[in-house]
Amino acid sequence: MDLALKDLGDYLVGELPDEILGSELAFDQLTIKVRREAVAKVLTFLRDDVNCQFKLLVDICGADYPAREQRFEVVYNLLSLTHNNRIRVKVATDEQTPVPSATGVFSAANWFEREAWDLFGIYFSDHPDLRRILTDYGFEGHPLRKDFPLTGYVEVRYDDEQKRVVYEPVKLTQEFRSFDFLSPWEGVQQVLPGDEKAEEAPPQPKPEGGA
Amino acid sequence: MAETQIRNFNLNFGPQHPSAHGVLRLVLEMDGEIIERADPHIGLLHRGTEKLIEYKSYLQAVPYFDRLDYVAPQNQEHAFALAVEKLLGLKIPPRGQYIRVLYAEIGRILNHILNICSYAMDVGAMTPMLWMFEEREKLMEYCERASGARMHMAYFRPGGVAFDLPPKLLDDIGAWAERFPQIIDDCETLLTENRIFKQRTVDIGVINAEQCFDWGFTGPNLRAAGVAWDLRKAQPYDAYDKMQFDIPVGTHGDCYERYVVRILEMHESVRIIKQCVNDMPGGPCKADDHKISPPRRAEMKQSMEALIHHFKLYTEGYRVPEGEVYAAVEAPKGEFAVYLVSDGTNKPYRCKIRAPGFAHLQAMDFLSRGHMLADVVANIGSLDIVFGEIDR
Repeated sequence: MDLALKDLGDYLVGELPDEILGSELAFDQLTIKVRREAVAKVLTFLRDDVNCQFKLLVDICGADYPAREQRFEVVYNLLSLTHNNRIRVKVATDEQTPVPSATGVFSAANWFEREAWDLFGIYFSDHPDLRRILTDYGFEGHPLRKDFPLTGYVEVRYDDEQKRVVYEPVKLTQEFRSFDFLSPWEGVQQVLPGDEKAEEAPPQPKPEGGA
Repeated sequence: MAETQIRNFNLNFGPQHPSAHGVLRLVLEMDGEIIERADPHIGLLHRGTEKLIEYKSYLQAVPYFDRLDYVAPQNQEHAFALAVEKLLGLKIPPRGQYIRVLYAEIGRILNHILNICSYAMDVGAMTPMLWMFEEREKLMEYCERASGARMHMAYFRPGGVAFDLPPKLLDDIGAWAERFPQIIDDCETLLTENRIFKQRTVDIGVINAEQCFDWGFTGPNLRAAGVAWDLRKAQPYDAYDKMQFDIPVGTHGDCYERYVVRILEMHESVRIIKQCVNDMPGGPCKADDHKISPPRRAEMKQSMEALIHHFKLYTEGYRVPEGEVYAAVEAPKGEFAVYLVSDGTNKPYRCKIRAPGFAHLQAMDFLSRGHMLADVVANIGSLDIVFGEIDR
């Protein structure tokens, strides 16, 4: 299984050298990075080629990495029933640049791309019907972006006087708390009273993180 | 007589309609009683599970998976547990694997009972619901005895299962598994050869294998079209490679065969449950790695180290090595998968949930075109749709 996937990666890079930017094998799973413009071509190849036969588009999802220059990643997960293996295809993009739609290759791509558009704001060109899918009618923003707050911006309630549901800015009765449990020993920022001199002291060896 | 203007009209089906199986709003464009276009509006149950999980530690994320497909919660947890274990490189002891397989199959029966009965009710049969839900209740009781919760078990955790099974539970499940096939047969006498049921389902919503691939179908819906594909056989996880069972397939891919495949799958699940009960190995039920699986309560009273581990695991949680995996299980509805990206901290960086129903519901337009309004109900029922997982 392991070797077969590695061979498959090499084979793909050999067949489509201009379209595929790299292939990687991690956790027994094969990932290929693809040039954005060529994604439909690569998916068609993966579907139709005798050695690939990835006939089932299982999933398309977005992922947000704000630190990168092209912050979004679109991840296509494909499954081949004939060869019983999976492949992951990745494309990088940013807020403005559209990704060619895969709806022409797989009908299933339709809703998955709508979802990526809705939740991340990744734009797909040539998509027949790029509407929001999961969020509310008239929703603004793209909630799965890392810069979108967990609480959102608006909340709804039923107003008995107006006899309808009204939208209001989010009011939190308790401030949103994000606990940083990651470094319980190193994370303390504030200076404890009487501890001011600690600045000058040579840095203490860090205690072992955790038991 | 003056010429009358004939026009198409739109019909809003749901979101409150009982046979919409939850909060589906289906906008139907109709020519008389013939469907011209079906446009499902989903998202009315969207809770932002994926976003919430990004703010929770790996252990805290487990209960969210129960609340996706609340009809068979165990199978969702299973996918998440497998994904985290893959990243951690963790091996689960045999007993843990068997318990998981046992409960995953219980989840499958829970799901198929609900689907078949509510589907039958949608097309006019009341009795199956009354007969079969008693069994469903018994199964939920077994869930309660193992985990303390009837539905939302939070039982499959990364590293194994939360607790070991209480004594005598296995005997009771074994005894139940002996009786249950008879009850499936009883249910079949009401439906399988029933004239009304067949009139409502045979040749409705036909989809062939190629179209199934195109629309991303998996699970019973794909098998009803004649493709013998089951992840439990093809890419076995946990103890499924030690189990003897068959994959029921259909030939035609219509609503009726999707029902028959589910009935046969329940029989196979009973077979697996019996094997699990008979071959249940001894030993621990979770991985022997105290950095991942918490210590027993009794141990904490005695051992300082166990106390520290407990504190650390329930505040910081555990860190998961950087990387990304895709872990899929054969959930009752189809391929349920988790695409998990870890950045090396104690919280998932991205957790995409691949729900089988999402892909199935998408084909509603394709399946319903040219059918009558009443067939829409049969289609929805046979696709096995639950909004918890579709809307996430």
